[in-house]
Amino acid sequence: MTTAILDRLGARGRSVPAKYVPVLVTAGLFVAMFVAGGIRYEGFATGQVVLNVFIDNAFLLVVAVGMTFVILTGGIDLSVGSVVALSTMISASLMAGPGWPPYLVVPLVLLIGSALGLVMGYIVHAFDIQPFIVTLAGMFLARGLCYTIGTDSIPIEDPTFTAFAQTRIDLFADLWISPSVVIAVVVVLVAAYVLHYTRLGRTVYATGGSEQSALLMGLPVGRTKVAVYTISGFCSALGGVLLSFYMLSGYGLHAVGMELDAIAAVVIGGTLLTGGSGFLLGTVLGVLVLGLIQTVLSFEGTLSSWWTKIFIGLLLFVFILLQRLFSARRRI
Amino acid sequence: MDVPAPVLRMSGIGKQFPGVRALDGVDLRLLPGEVHALMGENGAGKSTLIKVLTGVHPADSGTIELAGRTVSFAGPLEAQQAGISTVYQEVNLCANLSVAENIFIGREPRRRGRIDWKRMRARAAELLERLELDVDVSAPLSSYSLALQQMVAIARAIDVEARVLILDEPTSSLDAGEVRQLFRVMRRLKEEGIAILFVSHFLDQIYEISDRMTILRNGRLVGEYLTRELSQVALVAKMIGQELAELERLHGEARTFDRPLVEARELGRTGAVEPFSLTIHEGEVVGLAGLLGSGRTEIARLLFGADHATSGEVAVGGAPAALRTPRAAMARRIAFCSENRKRDGLIPDLTVRENIVLALQATRGWTRPVPRDQQDELVGRYVKALKISPANPDHLVRDLSGGNQQKVLLARWLILEPRLLILDEPTRGIDVGAKAEIQRLVAELSDGGMAVLFISAELEEVLRLSHRVGVLRDRRLVADLPNDDTLTTDTLMETIASGGRA
Repeated sequence: MTTAILDRLGARGRSVPAKYVPVLVTAGLFVAMFVAGGIRYEGFATGQVVLNVFIDNAFLLVVAVGMTFVILTGGIDLSVGSVVALSTMISASLMAGPGWPPYLVVPLVLLIGSALGLVMGYIVHAFDIQPFIVTLAGMFLARGLCYTIGTDSIPIEDPTFTAFAQTRIDLFADLWISPSVVIAVVVVLVAAYVLHYTRLGRTVYATGGSEQSALLMGLPVGRTKVAVYTISGFCSALGGVLLSFYMLSGYGLHAVGMELDAIAAVVIGGTLLTGGSGFLLGTVLGVLVLGLIQTVLSFEGTLSSWWTKIFIGLLLFVFILLQRLFSARRRI
Repeated sequence: MDVPAPVLRMSGIGKQFPGVRALDGVDLRLLPGEVHALMGENGAGKSTLIKVLTGVHPADSGTIELAGRTVSFAGPLEAQQAGISTVYQEVNLCANLSVAENIFIGREPRRRGRIDWKRMRARAAELLERLELDVDVSAPLSSYSLALQQMVAIARAIDVEARVLILDEPTSSLDAGEVRQLFRVMRRLKEEGIAILFVSHFLDQIYEISDRMTILRNGRLVGEYLTRELSQVALVAKMIGQELAELERLHGEARTFDRPLVEARELGRTGAVEPFSLTIHEGEVVGLAGLLGSGRTEIARLLFGADHATSGEVAVGGAPAALRTPRAAMARRIAFCSENRKRDGLIPDLTVRENIVLALQATRGWTRPVPRDQQDELVGRYVKALKISPANPDHLVRDLSGGNQQKVLLARWLILEPRLLILDEPTRGIDVGAKAEIQRLVAELSDGGMAVLFISAELEEVLRLSHRVGVLRDRRLVADLPNDDTLTTDTLMETIASGGRA
């Protein structure tokens, strides 16, 4: 009885614990950008603009979710962009060539992505090699495999697939989303649940906090590390499927540099690159901020799309400095 | 006297590492409701014995019985599940997680596969209450002091129906108040019938808390004794295997020092240490006494050029010198053994030889490698002179015990033949025998004409070694006292307390 009350009091006392600050900063940034855009441009401050950010970045969101798992353990996965491209390529070629149905192709693609992640995770764990280098190898491998399938873009014309891709799910008041957004949101919710309410999720945080300690506390660190790369591989493959919906083609040059966008989104979302600290909600906000930058630039009209990169670069600098200040203050 | 059946019995334990016989026929028994101290010098086999017990290393021979049943563990996790929990010197918890999580992670209470956070917090609060600790269990562990983190580690250890709790040097980084708190917790656990194996280098603590002790020397069992029946002197004698030689007068005749080597005039650094003047003569040992954080290390860093001075000047051998970097200081043959040998000094993955040669190589520059036979000759000489064990220059420093690591660090600077050697807490966390050896070495070096700036938290040690003692308080050098017959630890403590005004 008393403990319950104390718990509640404690919850109120901790209104803004230090660990939520980075997420709040990102949320503040998103709101500020949205308000500024609304003041500057006609027709910007509508719900559909936010929903469009989701629609245009559903695949990135899914990929960034997988990346969040990896970065939370203190690792990194550079292979995600290539795995996305490979997934689009496999989907497109199997549907175009032998004419396999999507309900066979999609599970196969997800399996291949997960398997790639599993292998990379196993190598990272079993041979104790830097994840950077292992996933760099995976990145080249997956990208190379794309070109063994074909060097040109393969259009997807499967009727079921295209119908699903072009479905509009109407919400209230003229607002709509695509099925990809629903999938991405489900992925986010499931991932958030896993991170906060399962042993796997907590072990991910513990491993990122201190791998040595986690080992000595008897946690299955090795299994967890393999698991996060598998999750990241699965998310990349799913991101690839969503990108196929979006592009309706498979191409070896899809998603070039997407691993860096995903990492940027995770970092801007307040997750520490050293691991152990961060939230999925932050990653969602990170993806939204990146998407909103593009929207702002398209509303501006005169600026080239390369300005997106410049803004992302500047933002990253600011956020990494913030992280630095933040963790320095916490050490005292 | 009636002795209850031991909860744990290890008999005839032997363990061989490549080139070293770490344990040879060691017996250990732990009785329920007793604190059992495991004593021995560094390298005597204490850590190895604990590692064998908890399954980190398999034993080569001997048996382990837990509550009458023969057991052997494949790893710490298995040992923990059987009721043998270990708390290490370094707090092995995840500072980014909450207190409650640190206690329960890996065995969180769950409801239908979902972690039951509420129940977890309630149980954590209950558990800490049992240890008489008042802690917000949902706050991150990093927001609490090291001592409290240690207690949380103990709470984690005892939650799993622990029958045996191993505390491996838990007190080495705690202050007096925190040690008292830890001991209160230990007594409480003792009352609950848990057998506690306690390792510490502080003899006073051993005598305060332990009921019984097992002494090891060179991997062999010396014996098991009741603490109250063994005097401290007898204990030390058994640990090092000989009567501790009279250390009181380490220095020979009183000498006069008239050749100033390093003179600091109004040297200071804003925020670190207030301007001070200090002269160190050739062959003189100057001790620095003061509380932790009083500016002792800061003075050392200024004299070594590791920090920039914001005021004042330094003269070395009469000529003004700008000690802007450690390299500049090294060029004037000033050497600095840092306080934190793990973080600032030794490179654990290099061998003894490579670690020793490092500083010499650095002064020569990377383009002129030290010839191998010269390396071997120098290293061999210092390994022998400092009695580094194992006496194998190709051993990884990581695998050495604390005292021997300290000696390696000393050797590194000694081959540079420095004129001023700055030692910052060289004897912290190492055992009595190695301590005495390092002290004797300092005395010999100063007799040979080397100046030494000796920093230690142990006033007795400072007094025993130094010709002169500088007293620090609140980042200020408050007194510079000659070490004559009138200077005692009491007067030193008074000076620290009063700030030299008396």
